[in-house]
Amino acid sequence: MSTATAIVKPVMPERHFLNDNYGIRSWLLTKDHKRIAILYLFSITFFFLIGGVFASLIRLHLLTPNGELFEADTYNKLFTMHGVNMVFFFLIPSVPAVLGNFLVPIMVGTKDLAFPKINLLSWYLYMAGGTFSMAAMVSGGVDSGWTFYAPLSSGYLKTHVIMLAVGVIIAGFSSIFTGLNFIVTVHRMRAPGMTWGRLPLFVWSNYAASLIMILGTPVIAITLILLALERGFHIGIFDPKLGGDPVLFQHMFWFYSHPAVYIMILPGMGVISEIVPCFSRKRVFGYSFVAFSSVAIAVFGFVVWAHHMFVAGISVYSALVFSLLSYAVAIPSAVKVFNWTATMYKGSIEMSTPMLYAMAFIGLFTIGGLTGLFLAALGLDIHIHDTYFVIAHFHYVMVGGMVTAYLGGLHFWWPKITGRMYPEAPAKLAALITFIGFNLTFFPQFILGYMGMPRRYWAYPPEFQVLNVLSSAGASVLAVGFLLPLLYFAWSLKYGEVAGNNPWQATGLEWETSSPPPTHNFHEIPIVTKDPYAYGEDAEVTVVH
Amino acid sequence: MQLNFPIFPEQASSMAGQVDALYLFLVLITTFFSLLIAILILYFAIKYRRTPGRQAEQIHGSTLLEIVWTVIPLGISMVIFVWGAVIYYHMERPPANPLEIYGVGKQWMWKFQHPGGQREINTLHVPTGRDVKVTLISQDVIHSFFVPAFRVKQDVLPNRYVFTWFKATQPGTYHLFCSQYCGTKHSGMVGQVVVMTPEDYASWLASGKAEGSLASLGEKAFQQYGCTTCHRPDSGARGPNLEGVYGRPIRLTDNRVVLADDNYIRESILEPNAKVVSGFQSIMPTFRGVVSEDEIIAITEYIKHLSPQQANPLNNRSTPTEIRDSEVPNIQQQNKQQNQQQPAQQTPQGKRPANPSGKKP
Ligand SMILES: [Cu+2]
Ligand SMILES: [Cu+2]
Repeated sequence: MSTATAIVKPVMPERHFLNDNYGIRSWLLTKDHKRIAILYLFSITFFFLIGGVFASLIRLHLLTPNGELFEADTYNKLFTMHGVNMVFFFLIPSVPAVLGNFLVPIMVGTKDLAFPKINLLSWYLYMAGGTFSMAAMVSGGVDSGWTFYAPLSSGYLKTHVIMLAVGVIIAGFSSIFTGLNFIVTVHRMRAPGMTWGRLPLFVWSNYAASLIMILGTPVIAITLILLALERGFHIGIFDPKLGGDPVLFQHMFWFYSHPAVYIMILPGMGVISEIVPCFSRKRVFGYSFVAFSSVAIAVFGFVVWAHHMFVAGISVYSALVFSLLSYAVAIPSAVKVFNWTATMYKGSIEMSTPMLYAMAFIGLFTIGGLTGLFLAALGLDIHIHDTYFVIAHFHYVMVGGMVTAYLGGLHFWWPKITGRMYPEAPAKLAALITFIGFNLTFFPQFILGYMGMPRRYWAYPPEFQVLNVLSSAGASVLAVGFLLPLLYFAWSLKYGEVAGNNPWQATGLEWETSSPPPTHNFHEIPIVTKDPYAYGEDAEVTVVH
Repeated sequence: MQLNFPIFPEQASSMAGQVDALYLFLVLITTFFSLLIAILILYFAIKYRRTPGRQAEQIHGSTLLEIVWTVIPLGISMVIFVWGAVIYYHMERPPANPLEIYGVGKQWMWKFQHPGGQREINTLHVPTGRDVKVTLISQDVIHSFFVPAFRVKQDVLPNRYVFTWFKATQPGTYHLFCSQYCGTKHSGMVGQVVVMTPEDYASWLASGKAEGSLASLGEKAFQQYGCTTCHRPDSGARGPNLEGVYGRPIRLTDNRVVLADDNYIRESILEPNAKVVSGFQSIMPTFRGVVSEDEIIAITEYIKHLSPQQANPLNNRSTPTEIRDSEVPNIQQQNKQQNQQQPAQQTPQGKRPANPSGKKP
């Protein structure tokens, strides 16, 4: 690329969405999907940092077995607020609301999302939800766990459960609106020639995630409203003392919260499906299989929820059915992993930062996915359910998978969003530190879990200490890996090399417009004539290398 | 800090080896596929690294490969599913003729009652070589009974009996954890399971200060709460005769058939009008808030002992539909009872809860 830039040094476009308008009003009242994406970028980074501080305090506390740093109640609040922040205010909105918001309209070749005002509303709802959750946090915290299990949360805790639940409900509407916007945009606003078979896989995966958002999110809202009714007005729904059924809560909660795992991971998979072909200079292997596996995951994801309840007192027969179905949802994920790997075969591979993140994703997601097979195996789940094995498994999927994909995507599209390159050397270092820190933090937790350490324990037997210390040490490395990008991204805004339209020589409509794009994305609406990832076809153009 | 740390929990039950075998198989599968993917990625990244002039070879895909890497994971998954299901099915089937122990969970302790009347808190003594069935209930929120050395775990629900069972193989002392988050002292809701040889267990039982067997405690409570006033064997009784009822199907006033198991007896004490036996009136008052979970367990044990032939209860999860009509005895209908009585007279008035639906403590 340095040779390419030596020939024609790119310059920043004169006018783009960032300098089209100035002032706080131009941001807070914007209807531009790209500006809304940036609002989201700042807000989710904020919640990620808060959630990260809680995680650090948890790991610090667990250095010693006897619970010496915090009171038990404080510890319970820490893991609750860590989970709520990370799940509802970071993971769920991360890729869709930031990268998806920015890219989906550009990728399908249109000026904006279908409902720009609803898009802005969705950010305000997200912030309102975040405000409730922060208010619950500063006014004493909540100790229900992010799972809010009844009857504990509805009848026994003395903290601000309702306030936190209201925050989650409101934030849920923001994700419903985002999903709605994506679905309508993909159906109705594709550029001429942008057939379904030419949709970038990032769009396919966000589309699949949107289906889950609009179908699943209302259920968590209903569940939490019922919980609040029981807690506030003693209407018996879940608490047997009021005539309710506590297992019902778990059915309703997981009916949303299992598919929510795919709201989190599917868009991340979409990011990987963009990065791997670009840095391998190859068409994605098995485009239609990768695309349809996203939809398959979204559909199957709705019928496996009770695999969280094998020891909760459900019948033997329903446990058997849910175990079987859980294996069905594993297959499309495996298909994706194999296709990404095959995409690299005989490529021309450049190990730039986004590619490093993508490779880390494939490896860590594979481990995360395969350890899911342990938990879906009935006889084995009985032992490892609600232990650190579960924690390790979902952090491999959520952090090793989703956060890695988000960071990879952020690096990949950073030049498009800001018009400037991030510095490559510190970025590679950060990717490496993250990878090492991550494995050191979470691998020991698999062993801890099989040893039998239950999750959400404020104090633990001394024989678990070595593994806990290892995990905490890893967390401090991981924290460095996560903080570095904040520094060099900020640095790059002023000092980064000017990127030009297409610094990666990637295919896709977003690379045909300027960086940063103009307010209406394209000076004229493009006409699509090529498949996505048509990497071989313009080979003579890329010969500048 | 103990520096030599194990990576496997002790194997102290008949089930532990089976669970570990499946675990090791999965560890093998995971290691194989993770290494396969990792090695391929790294190998490709190095072998096909971008060098000046290098052109990628465009390959669109291969349906054959797609089928291969769909079918192989599916096949392996099905092996794991069946293996896991077989172990689980074994875990969920109650053993025949077990040693029956009752456990009550509450914030934040475990209480256990042995058939001989011995009671323990946060400690559970069991013998080796014998199937032990632990019937569990919670007094408040959901807890979970977890003994890692036995590879056994069961959520403990309020308002419903569930059970788990194990056969201990190794004498020793093992962790008992509550594994379902239950509030402030969740991590303090721990205890130990002490596994003893049958001889040691017998002498432990003998040394325990029991006020009498669990059934005799139940009998005392049965009389104390005035149950005997109505539940009598004679024909003038206002309530069904409980002799021989336990473990048998019962026909209700609405013609449904239910199994008279622990859950049904408990429900009939706390919510007597929910499932009234055919031929009787809804006259029994609720004992919710009056009688404790421990007492209900003792009373149930007493009712079991009232059975002429102590029938083994069916699986706790059996549904009434599994019982054929022909199996339902018609004795209850013969005891047809018309005269209505005011229920309050049978129960000590002062002990009735002001709010029958019950409030949190
Ligand atoms: Cu799930
Ligand atoms: Cu508990």
